[in-house]
Amino acid sequence: MAAPLTLTVNLVARFPNSVSADARPGYSGFIVTKESLTEVATAIRDEFGYDLLTAVIAVDYINENKMEVVYHAYKTTGGPGLVFKVQVERVDPIEVPSLVEIWAGADFQEREAWDLHGIKFIGHPDLRRILMWEGFDGHPLRKDWKEAFYEEDTKPFKSRWPDGQFYMAESKNPFKDNINFPKDFDPDTLIVDKEEDLYSSLERHSTKDDDGLKTDHIVVNMGPHHPSTHGVLRVALTLDGETIVGLKPVMGYLHRNHDKIGERNTYLQIIPYTDRLDYFNSMSNNFGYAITVEKLMKIAVAERAEYIRVIMAELTRIQNHLVFAGTLLNDLGAMYTPSIYAFEERELILDIFEEVSGARMMCNYFRFGGVVRDIPDHVMQKIKDLVFERLPAKTDEMERFLNENEILVARLKGVHVLSAEDAVRYSVTGPVLRAAGVPYDIRRADPYSVYDRFDFDVAVRYNCDMLDNYLIRFDEIRQSIRILEQAIKQIPQGPINSQKPAYQVRVPAGEAYGRVESPKGELGFYIISNGKPNPWRYHVRPASFVNMTALEKMCLGTKIADFIALLGMLDIVMGELDR
Amino acid sequence: MENETINSPGYDIPDDIKNNIAVTTIDRLYNWGRRSSVWPLMFGLACCAIEMIAAQTARYDMSRFGMEVMRPTPRQADMLLVSGTVTKKMLPSIVRLYNQMPEPKYVVAMGACASSGGPFKEGYNVVAGIDKFLPVDVYIPGCPPTPQALIAGLIKLQEKIDKQSIRTAPWYSKMKDPNYVPMPILGPDLIDVRRNAEIRDAAATKESA
Repeated sequence: MAAPLTLTVNLVARFPNSVSADARPGYSGFIVTKESLTEVATAIRDEFGYDLLTAVIAVDYINENKMEVVYHAYKTTGGPGLVFKVQVERVDPIEVPSLVEIWAGADFQEREAWDLHGIKFIGHPDLRRILMWEGFDGHPLRKDWKEAFYEEDTKPFKSRWPDGQFYMAESKNPFKDNINFPKDFDPDTLIVDKEEDLYSSLERHSTKDDDGLKTDHIVVNMGPHHPSTHGVLRVALTLDGETIVGLKPVMGYLHRNHDKIGERNTYLQIIPYTDRLDYFNSMSNNFGYAITVEKLMKIAVAERAEYIRVIMAELTRIQNHLVFAGTLLNDLGAMYTPSIYAFEERELILDIFEEVSGARMMCNYFRFGGVVRDIPDHVMQKIKDLVFERLPAKTDEMERFLNENEILVARLKGVHVLSAEDAVRYSVTGPVLRAAGVPYDIRRADPYSVYDRFDFDVAVRYNCDMLDNYLIRFDEIRQSIRILEQAIKQIPQGPINSQKPAYQVRVPAGEAYGRVESPKGELGFYIISNGKPNPWRYHVRPASFVNMTALEKMCLGTKIADFIALLGMLDIVMGELDR
Repeated sequence: MENETINSPGYDIPDDIKNNIAVTTIDRLYNWGRRSSVWPLMFGLACCAIEMIAAQTARYDMSRFGMEVMRPTPRQADMLLVSGTVTKKMLPSIVRLYNQMPEPKYVVAMGACASSGGPFKEGYNVVAGIDKFLPVDVYIPGCPPTPQALIAGLIKLQEKIDKQSIRTAPWYSKMKDPNYVPMPILGPDLIDVRRNAEIRDAAATKESA
């Protein structure tokens, strides 16, 4: 996590008056003054070469009366990241300069910080709430904001433990439900928000074409209930004929308050919640969370467990990409048949997950220092059969059936997605970035676990079109199979956890940002511990959410039918997008 | 329903015509038709939706129960399968979809979240169970329920359909829209308009924070 020493000298030496090293025990990075944030950030991007801003995270230090915004920047050529922070006094209005001009990928993350922490980003082009609705009372991730079913700051709650009493949460709330209103609120006098801010942010006017035909732009709301939005995403579009001229995604329809619940939970209790982030890839989510907490605890992972983790994460990637191909073909009109092929393989992989962890989807399999159960011999045999026999053949079969299909090629080939420059500027990660010609894969760029021991290629394609975005998924499946073959051959015998099983782990005070290459892109976890059984701040940097920032850029000027395919191409999953 | 149950009305049928005619009640015939073609709304909320898709694929195959025809529009659907966490922001849309479905209509709460809020119950944007707004016919436990559990739940729904009668069915009564649910409103928090007076009183007596 710590930036290289030479760089530390550089940044402080470059800006002696406005940058200081973060000297709090357990912390790293730099603290930048609010006034010079834009200047320092420009230098970080242009002079030091950190072109990819991955995470913008707000933290509420209520005891020090401060709000902090933490930025994580990386180089797309690889290597460790640079962390810089800006601290402001916790008195409304809390104002921080926006970095959207420098890294366009900060857009949605800054809106999230405004929504959940109430930090105003000066200069942000469209600062509206993003996960909650306009008119919601308060900024829920502030430490002094209490939810309706609030009981205590941290779990385990005294009412449940050690005496084990039981009551309905509804009974303690004055409104007898999971709702909370300001004092003297009267629902009859409420003026309901008509989402005028959203619609006014869309470009909307009438045009006259060459023949003098006058046309109006029309507004279309796709979702939250729509068969091709991959869950409960809503997109407000303005159309000129069939061409998209304005687009704003509206999210939060599956905002399940992951961060707030995580702050109440103990470290171990969070693991099953991470399963439910990206519900296709629970093993990858566990992986990211486990390595972050291990980084904080400074513990090593048992050797055998490292290999088990890699095997599970790569199996997850294979089933994700197969299902991706199936659902994309669904969106293109090949209803169900490709999906049914994809789900056949997925079921076999889920069988393995079920045998090792007890659950098909929500595996809850990783523990700090290892995994919870060993792989039995007969399951190992199943994995071998899949990896050496079935999956390569089935991938070939899928490719043979689909890749040269005339309709598929006609729909995908040459439809531009994103150029490399734009992809980096919008903080896009994962297959979409690699299909734009940037060979950035965290497994290689900043290796975690034992990925540095395997021989594999970073899949990359250069045409930036939808066909490349589609084909790169199959390239990645082949690379995952390569990794799996090596991992199965090299896996040593031994214990599966370096720690004793414990309900409460001791996590020293400090901060840590851990990231993994999930099938959808960079999945990051940012945790601040203050030495207590619960994290002070727990934040997920979801790949789907940040990749959505580029949606508007991708879609303007395309036809609405291509938009459906583009949305499938981004491979979003709402559990992770909205958290 | 087995053919034997259709053709055993409790009347004596002469042996020589037993194979040629079927005597049954209108309820049985009507319910047999309805329970064998329950069309679900193509509507997924969260994790459970993935298991719902898995239940449709070759291994579990919901079409054995006549339930494979997912309808994207509520106007053609018979069953709302609430497959996942219901958030406050999403709830108005769900209620609208339910109101747009024609009678007879059924609601199945799939999984812990839709039944009670589940692991996310304490969240500030989570509705603690869809049954606070919609009348639920079948609850399916699990997080998420396996496809087998989903199918077991749908068989329970079929059993429920079997027990209904045209004479007492609410959708043939004179009542207009017997299951209409008023749309909730998003204000400072979620407002159930049926409870406006209650909310006003509680807010007036609330201790100021």
